[in-house]
Amino acid sequence: MLADKDRIFTNLYGYQSYGLDAAKKRGDWDGTKQILEKGIDWIIGEMKSSGLRGRGGAGFPTGLKWSFMPKESDGRPQYLVVNADEGEPGTCKDREIMRHDPHKLIEGCLVAGFAMRACAAYIYIRGEFVHEADVLDAAIQEAYADGLIGDNACGSGYKFDVYVHRGAGAYICGEETALIESLEGKKGQPRLKPPFPANVGLYGCPSTVNNVESIAVAPTILRRGGAWFAGLGRENNTGTKLFCISGHVNNPCNVEEEMGIPLKELIEKHAGGVRGGWDNLLAIIPGGSSVHMLPKSICDAVLMDFDSLRAEGSGLGTAAVIVMDKSTDLVRAIARLSAFYAHESCGQCTPCREGTGWMSRVMQRMVTGEAEMEEIDMLLDVTKKVEGHTICALGDAAAWPIQGLFRHFRPEVEQRILNYKKSRNAA
Amino acid sequence: MPTLNIDGIEVEVENGSTVLQACEAAGIEIPRFCYHERLSISGNCRMCLVEMEKAPKLIASCAMPAGDGMVIHTNSDKVRRGREGVLEFTLINHPLDCPVCDQGGECDLQDQYLYYSGDDARYTEARRVVSKEDFGPLVKTMMTRCIHCTRCVRFSEEIAGVPALGGIGRGDHLEITTYMEQPFASELSGNVVDLCPVGALTNKPYAFSARPWELKSTETFDVHDAMGSSIRADARGREVMRFLPRVHEDVNEEWISDKTRQAVDGLKYNRLDTPYVRRDGTLQPASWDEAFDAIADNIKGKKMAALVGDLCDLESMYALKGLMTALGSEAIDCRQDGAKYGGKHRVGYLFNSGIAGIDEADACLLVGSNPRKEAPVLNIRLRYLSKRGPIASVGDVENLTYPVQHLGNTVKALENILAGKGDFAKALKAAKNPMIILGSGAASHKDGAYILKLAHDIADKFGMVRDGWNGFNILHHAASRVGAMDLGLVTDGGVDGILDGAASGEIDVVFNMGADEIDLGRLEKAFVIYQGSHGDAGVKYADVILPGVAYTEKPGTYVNMEGRVQMAPRVIFGPGDAREDWTILRALSERLGHVLPYDNLAELRAKMIADHPALAAVDQLPEEPWADFGVAGKASDVPITNLIGDFYQTNPIARSSKVMAECSTAYVGAKFVAEATGTNG
Repeated sequence: MLADKDRIFTNLYGYQSYGLDAAKKRGDWDGTKQILEKGIDWIIGEMKSSGLRGRGGAGFPTGLKWSFMPKESDGRPQYLVVNADEGEPGTCKDREIMRHDPHKLIEGCLVAGFAMRACAAYIYIRGEFVHEADVLDAAIQEAYADGLIGDNACGSGYKFDVYVHRGAGAYICGEETALIESLEGKKGQPRLKPPFPANVGLYGCPSTVNNVESIAVAPTILRRGGAWFAGLGRENNTGTKLFCISGHVNNPCNVEEEMGIPLKELIEKHAGGVRGGWDNLLAIIPGGSSVHMLPKSICDAVLMDFDSLRAEGSGLGTAAVIVMDKSTDLVRAIARLSAFYAHESCGQCTPCREGTGWMSRVMQRMVTGEAEMEEIDMLLDVTKKVEGHTICALGDAAAWPIQGLFRHFRPEVEQRILNYKKSRNAA
Repeated sequence: MPTLNIDGIEVEVENGSTVLQACEAAGIEIPRFCYHERLSISGNCRMCLVEMEKAPKLIASCAMPAGDGMVIHTNSDKVRRGREGVLEFTLINHPLDCPVCDQGGECDLQDQYLYYSGDDARYTEARRVVSKEDFGPLVKTMMTRCIHCTRCVRFSEEIAGVPALGGIGRGDHLEITTYMEQPFASELSGNVVDLCPVGALTNKPYAFSARPWELKSTETFDVHDAMGSSIRADARGREVMRFLPRVHEDVNEEWISDKTRQAVDGLKYNRLDTPYVRRDGTLQPASWDEAFDAIADNIKGKKMAALVGDLCDLESMYALKGLMTALGSEAIDCRQDGAKYGGKHRVGYLFNSGIAGIDEADACLLVGSNPRKEAPVLNIRLRYLSKRGPIASVGDVENLTYPVQHLGNTVKALENILAGKGDFAKALKAAKNPMIILGSGAASHKDGAYILKLAHDIADKFGMVRDGWNGFNILHHAASRVGAMDLGLVTDGGVDGILDGAASGEIDVVFNMGADEIDLGRLEKAFVIYQGSHGDAGVKYADVILPGVAYTEKPGTYVNMEGRVQMAPRVIFGPGDAREDWTILRALSERLGHVLPYDNLAELRAKMIADHPALAAVDQLPEEPWADFGVAGKASDVPITNLIGDFYQTNPIARSSKVMAECSTAYVGAKFVAEATGTNG
């Protein structure tokens, strides 16, 4: 279990003020100037050695990502874009950061922006986060007033601005290139890659898009050293992570824990256990709605980190643990997720536009059992034809929950179809 | 220059190519819906998926830059399955109403279904239905068929410069639509019909009138503007059903204007199909002999002049000139709009840089020109230019679909530029390949000769003419004009002089070959012989009408504004007793006792080329030596205005077209009215 001394988000629950004074007492903005003085190479070196992997879901090494930004400017400005469009069902970690610890994010913007030679950070915040955006705005004003950011950020001589932009509620705008499009005032539709944002990003300039949590942990990592962070967790899955535990647990919560904590321990210790006891567990979606669900047999022993979950055919995603006990109608749960993806598909590319709707409609019939047995294989084939053929990962995200359901619970669905047929025959 | 291995074939492609282009270079066809060479890449149809070694997923070949050492498989099982999947998705919400769809037979979706279909349809849910959109009088929509390739959206934004189209809604509720039920008000709107890979956007006037396999295609050229756009005429029996663009990189790329495409019904209506002779004050049908007799009786010993209209081919104009010379008259003129350029120096009336030359220019001064109306397809290239360098205009303020600095509408403004005053003069000075474009509004201005002089001097001063670059351009709007100038159909005093002569009684007989855009009232006194294809304004004061044929009905040679000679074949035969124009003149010459010295088209052409050697260079951009032209003068206060008010009504064919009339009602002057619903009064 993570020791209190290793905790990064010390005000996760909002017991203290989010304001600058309180934040400084918690250690934020401490020696930021000295960090900047150590230079870009040192910062990126520390980030690389910390082993921090992006906290938005894909798990790409953050230090490496920062190092992709051009070293020599060709005259275009460079931007840091912070993805605060936290829309993944089950996920609510960035919300807590912005609500209670915004200065961690703002300080992170400065050091990360400095390390990637960015002149400004744009924080694209989910439109529904009205209160959080207000808090963030207030915190940014405090930071400007205190000279922490602005023309002479922290007295370092570096000019750095932070802007907040409110989204309008589309899930797809959490995809980095769709986010950039939306930020530019266009319709939120993912761009083709290449070119990658590090070459052609926001307003056609080199940009890096990072998750709120990845940016917010950076200042602490730089203060305490990459080695400290790398010492937590497991190899290649280092550090601490915010877990969002929701669903059928006694005490749903956000909690910062070490990477690689056993899933069972995470739930038992922090969420008060599964409702009705561990044996009442049916399945868990370990990383937000987009990953494969895991049945209890796997949940018993799996570790919560990128590689362990990947080995089980799932993923850490945003580390949003959705717990479902035996009262859950899994088919209905997944059908609901399918409907979500059908609703949120941007409609740009064919497989996702047409496939998400198709999958959703078939899943709706699976809920009642009003489907043919051979439609299960057809549905799985459709998911395979969406997966990997789309511009962005939304197609994959729509396909995986369905694949996960049938991988572990196919007999249940088949039984439901048989029951429906039987009931029709009887009537 | 990256080298790729595609299905075992090594190909080297230019830097900046895509994998799809590399595959094409290797001779492998990649299916596609959304990709189009002339539009930006959107990569959304996913039909062009290929397998790239070391990439975990299939890649969209249209969007992937070709890299050195890439190993591509275009025919693996994985690729085939991927494409099958994409095609199945494309089809699940497609109505499959091919039997009642005008795209049938030339539909990309049909073609690709032949190669990438899976087994039976597996989709049993309800299909999406999308309501029709009103894109205006030319584009019929059936949005349920739309596969959301967004070609039309990209065309409207990138090529037409009228960003009227866009997508609304998300997921499978995505709909392509115009903004707030506005029509797609562009002179190039018809091109979206060609771009649409399915039957969502089809040709509205052509709806349900023919199937592509019934049509006989002939490659020809357009006469509705002076571009000489390459077109394909599709005819069924004795009727031209439609025009489609052909690719000509140096002229029209692959676009044509709406007038070129849709004035086709003008070839059916209002035709002159028999000779007429005026008897007792009214025009009465007559035989050819009667018509020729009437002419012979009335011209003996009279003073004659001739006018030439905008749609004439070289052969008929040459024959007319020959006849007039034989009859002892030198007064023959083609400059209906009163343009002041002379025929002495070819460089003084050509679009010298060439249409494709606009792509090399980096600054442009428009004088008295609205290229959007005079040559909409040329305007596309000016739009590209506007992204590289400044464009300024002297003349009316009009929306050309790109930003234009307006420098006023007086001749004085030109004098200022010549004097080096103003920011734009500096920009011209700094430009590498500056150009000036004089529209018909400049050439036909009261001070036209002085404007020509000023433009000539501006070209000199700002280095617009040098070895390998000539940025002095006249933008014509009449297809016959450059050819007529080449044949020397100019006379002192111009068309105006002839009309004055006819009004004052100095000229007794006027031979009018298709000139309908003049003040015809002044011809009332004279004996007028009208030769043309349509019963347009010109026949009003005619005493004898000789029915000629329209451009699709005769083999003819045209010279476009660049001086490019283009030979158009006959597509169909003319109606009734109408005859090819040069044969009429040849027959008339015999009746009048001055037999023209040729008996067939080949002889006529041989003679014409012997007299005018420049006309032998077919489809070549001429390079004319720089010369001195224009007349020094004094600037008057008369404003320089653009000549074309109504783009859809510029010539007899367009004026006879119901479709063009509809467009004119919809887009010019009156506000667009959406399709009548029955409740709109």
